[in-house]
Parts: sequence; C-alpha cells; structure tokens
Amino acid sequence: MRDRIAAFLVLLPSLVAVGIFVYGFIGQNLWVSMTDWGKDPAQALALHPQLRFLGLENYRELFTGFVDVRFRQSVVNLIFFTVFFMAGSLGLGLLLALALERAPKGESFFRTVFLFPMALSFVVTGTIWRWLLQPQGGVNVLPNLFGLPPLRLPWLTTREQVLVFDWNQLPFYTALVVGLAFLYLAWRAYREGERRRMSWGLVSGGVLLLWALTLGQRVQLLPYPEPHGFSLALIGVILASIWQMSGYTMALYLAGLRGIPVEVIEAAKVDGASEWQLFRRVVFPMLAPITLAAMIVLGHIALKIFDLIFAMAGLDYAPTDVPAIYMYLLAFRGNQFAKGAAIGILLLLLVAVVVIPYLASQLRKEVRR
Amino acid sequence: MGRVLLYAFLVLVTLFFLLPVYLVLLTALKEPAKITLDAVWRWPDPVYWESFRIAWEAFRPKFQNSLVLATSATLLSALVGALNGYVLAKWPFRGSNLLFALMLFGMFIPYQSILIPLFQFVKAIGLYGSLWGLVLVHVVYGIPIVTLIFKNYYSEIPDELVEAARIDGAGFFGVFRHVILPLSAPAFVVVAIWQFTQIWNEFLFAVTLTRPESQPITVALAQLAGGEAVKWNLPMAGAILAALPTLLVYIFLGRYFLRGLLAGSVKG
Repeated sequence: MRDRIAAFLVLLPSLVAVGIFVYGFIGQNLWVSMTDWGKDPAQALALHPQLRFLGLENYRELFTGFVDVRFRQSVVNLIFFTVFFMAGSLGLGLLLALALERAPKGESFFRTVFLFPMALSFVVTGTIWRWLLQPQGGVNVLPNLFGLPPLRLPWLTTREQVLVFDWNQLPFYTALVVGLAFLYLAWRAYREGERRRMSWGLVSGGVLLLWALTLGQRVQLLPYPEPHGFSLALIGVILASIWQMSGYTMALYLAGLRGIPVEVIEAAKVDGASEWQLFRRVVFPMLAPITLAAMIVLGHIALKIFDLIFAMAGLDYAPTDVPAIYMYLLAFRGNQFAKGAAIGILLLLLVAVVVIPYLASQLRKEVRR
Repeated sequence: MGRVLLYAFLVLVTLFFLLPVYLVLLTALKEPAKITLDAVWRWPDPVYWESFRIAWEAFRPKFQNSLVLATSATLLSALVGALNGYVLAKWPFRGSNLLFALMLFGMFIPYQSILIPLFQFVKAIGLYGSLWGLVLVHVVYGIPIVTLIFKNYYSEIPDELVEAARIDGAGFFGVFRHVILPLSAPAFVVVAIWQFTQIWNEFLFAVTLTRPESQPITVALAQLAGGEAVKWNLPMAGAILAALPTLLVYIFLGRYFLRGLLAGSVKG
C-alpha cells in the first residue's frame, strides 16, 4: 500500500504541471481571447489591466473586420504553405526512399546527407536560405559558374500573388473541398464494404455540397470583395522547409519499405505484375499508413510554423505572413493580447481537427488488437 | 540505363542538399569586403578565419546559455520521464491510463495557444528573462514525450523481474534503483538525444521568455541575420556555431537519433 501511495506521489507533480501548463493555460487563453485586452490604451501601462468581456468579438473581427486583412492573408498563406510543403516533403521523401531501396553504392553516405538537415534548427535553416535566396546572389547566380546569364527570380522579395480569389468565397470553397473529401471517403468505404461509414460520408458530403452550391455562394463575410491568393514569396520558404523535412519522410518510408515482406513482392512478380502494377497494387497500399502518419506530423509542423519564417523574412514582412507570426506580432509587439490569444485558440482548433481523428483511429486499432 | 538514371537523380538531390552547406562555409571564410553578390560562389582567397573568431566572441555567451539550458533541462526531463514511465508501466492505478492519455495531449498543442498565459505566468513568478524560467518551461512541456518513451520502454521489461525484487523485500524506490535503472541506459540515451536537440533548436519559447543576457543562440542568430546592414560572413559563421552541437550528436549518435525521431514521430 505504501508503495502505491509513493507511486502516485511520484506522478503527481507531473500531473499538476501538465494540468496547469496545458489545460489551465488553454482555459486562460480562451478567456483572454474573449476580452478587450489591448483595445484600451490604459491597459498597456497598467500592472493589472482591467479586462472587459467581449464574447466572440475578436474572432469576428479577425475574419470580417476591416483592419485584420493581414490576418486573412496569413490564413491563406498558411493553407498554401501547408499543401505545398506536405506534397513536396512526401514526394521527395518517397522518391529518395525508393532510390535508396535499390541499394546504390554509397547508400549510407546518401542517407546521412539527406537526413542531416533534420538535426538543424529551423532558425539555422532559415538563415542559410535567406542568404541563398538573395535576389542578386546565391541560387540566382549559380548559372554564372557555367558561363550562363544569372537568373532573375525575385524569391522572397516579390509581392505577386497567383490563384487569387475573393475572401467572401472562402466558405464556399471550404465546403466544396470538405464535401468532396467526404464523398471520396464514402467511395472508399463502399469499396471496403463498410455500409455505415459509406452512408455517413454520403450524407455529410451531400449536405455540405448542397449548402455550398446554394447558400454558400451567397455568403457575404465582408461588404466588399477582398482579394487573397498564393503569395509567390512563399516559394522560397517552401523550398527551405522541404530541404529540412524530406529526409524525415525518407526515413519513415525506408522503414516502411523494409517492413514489406519479400514473399509478397515475389508472389506478385510470379503472378506477372509489371513494375508499375507492383507499386500501384502492392507497395503503395502498404505505405499508406506511413503516409498518413507523416502527413499528420508534417501538417502539425506546418500549422505552427514560426521560426523558419522569422529567420527568413522577419516579423514585419506581410507576403510571408502566417498566423503564428501575426499572433506573435500582435501580442508581443503590439500589446494586442486578446486578439493574439484568439489566433492561438484558432491554431489549436486547426491542429485538433488534424490530430484528434487520427489519434482516435489509432486508439480504435489498439483496442481491436 | 535504370542505374544511370538512379545515380543521376541521387547526385542531383545531393547537390540540392549540400550546396547550401558549401555556400555557408564559403561565406564564413571570406573577408567581409570580398562578399559581393555576384561572386558568392567563388572560393575565398585568402581564406579568412577571422569570422569565426569574431562570431565566437559575439556568440560565446549565447552559446553558453544554450549549453546550460539544453543540458540542465535534458537531465531534469529525463529523470522526470524515467520516474513517470516507471509508475505508469509498473504501478498502474485506476485511472492511470486516462491520466496518461490526458498528459499526451500536451504533446500536440501548438504552443501559440498557451503562449500568452505562459508569458504572464513566468513573469508573475519572477522568472521572466532568466534562463531557469526557460528550463522550467522545457521540462514541463517535455513531460508528455519523455513519459511516453520511458513508459513504452519499461513495458518491455518483464513484470516477473519486478515481482521477484518485491518478494526479496524491495519497495517502490528499491525496485527502481536496483532493477529498472540498471536496464534503462538505452531509453536514457534516446530521450537525452531527443530532448537535447529539441531544446537546443527551439525558438518560440526562447524568443518570448528571455532578455538579451539570457538568450540562447537561436535567438541571437535570428536577430543578427535579421539586421539589414549585416555582413554575411558573421551570420554564416554563427549558423555553423549554432548547428555544430546537434550536428555532432547526429553524426556520432545517428543510430539513436533516428530511433528518437521515429519514437517522437507522433510529435512535431
């Protein structure tokens, strides 16, 4: 009995610490995000600022307020950054793993080279790439070595945007994409013979698409059109992040490839499968769980990306803004704590949307075992 | 044919990975006056070692801060993790699994969502701007991952060993000291490497909670490189200094580094 008490007492400090630092602080942050902290100049100087409760006003301003256009662009930037960063890291990582799987000479050398950026800080990577992407130097003058004219890519300095859309259309596009994703899941469930999951997917997807195509197109978040798009300055940031993280996906995929039993591959070959069929029907399906895990990790990194952009472009450069940067700027440079806290809560919700379904499915698998 | 393509691809990607490193070295070894944008790729002539001396002088206090921060926080959190993992794996009580799951949640939150209350808290207990405040923060937010690694590791140790020691009269701490601890070296290595690299490379907490005299090297580097009128040999030499410890860990303990990476792959 004494031992049981000792065991509990040993665990207790950690429980209390996590209780305060995780749950307590999230709660407090939620409260701060619903106050006017930062709106009243007197608060900035006060030791114990008087806070008034505003409800969801800060959230409303972020999405539909006149002054927070920069936040909205940061959200759009985050979406594009996340998509291209994940696609690039997964794609390059898979290619590298497949290449190394063929046991080239010097395999361990290559593996070491591809993985070493993982050991670096995002700040170091950012500093290096900031120098590499100087418009008049670095990568742009590489062709000079071969007697060719230099490139004229503006990298981080451009303010150009492509794929521009009106912010008022965001609910429409979101519903469209999520609805289509549900339909895809329903189709997968149908092929796996899971009737219940299929009908759920069909209904959710159908409702979302119906909404998008009828009411969704007429939603007015702002009284005027506000253009946002993929900021081309992000390309440099995406490149640097892929440089840093594709070695990691390579390591995951290598572990996965080595886990595929040789007999399975042999059997497929005996059955006359071509190289492509072998990948399409045997290798890729077996790598799917790893891809999902890697997507969760990379998505998690992307959503809270801060240090890389801080080091590459600084806090004050709008074309490479993401919510984490804008949040820091608002709270710790502008004393706008309430609005900064609101962005923090939004980031938490975004991460939860990505992570919780994944954890739940992992848990279900554990239970089934 | 396939072989040729394979090697061509590998060489191309190797260039993509190593050219930045080459440029960093090149720039760090150049006289400031000779760092012109159109001649960035030219090998320095003569080689200018001064940058490293100047950068070392400028960064030494920050380097020391990082060293003190990363080693003390790593040691503390490995200790906490070993004890937590021991309790959860060998002395489970009713509800301990739920508590463990609740603990793990702390691994997934984006720290932006607790940054403002954390800042207020650290300020209120008088540790703002001190290295020890940062140590505390890293130990606390490290609890989920280190507990996870140790718990998984200790679950592999047969319960019979614990039972046998208890029959011999060992209590909670006796079992830990004489049975568990002697078997723990691999888990300690994995956790130490993981935490050391994470904490050394961390930036968000560091930039929010320190003053110039307690800055770790990542913050100092970001600020130096962010200045406009800077000569690039210094940030590059600084980047090398900031990268060196974790790179050495990677080169000499790569095996364990990878294991930590895969174990921690649920974390960001």
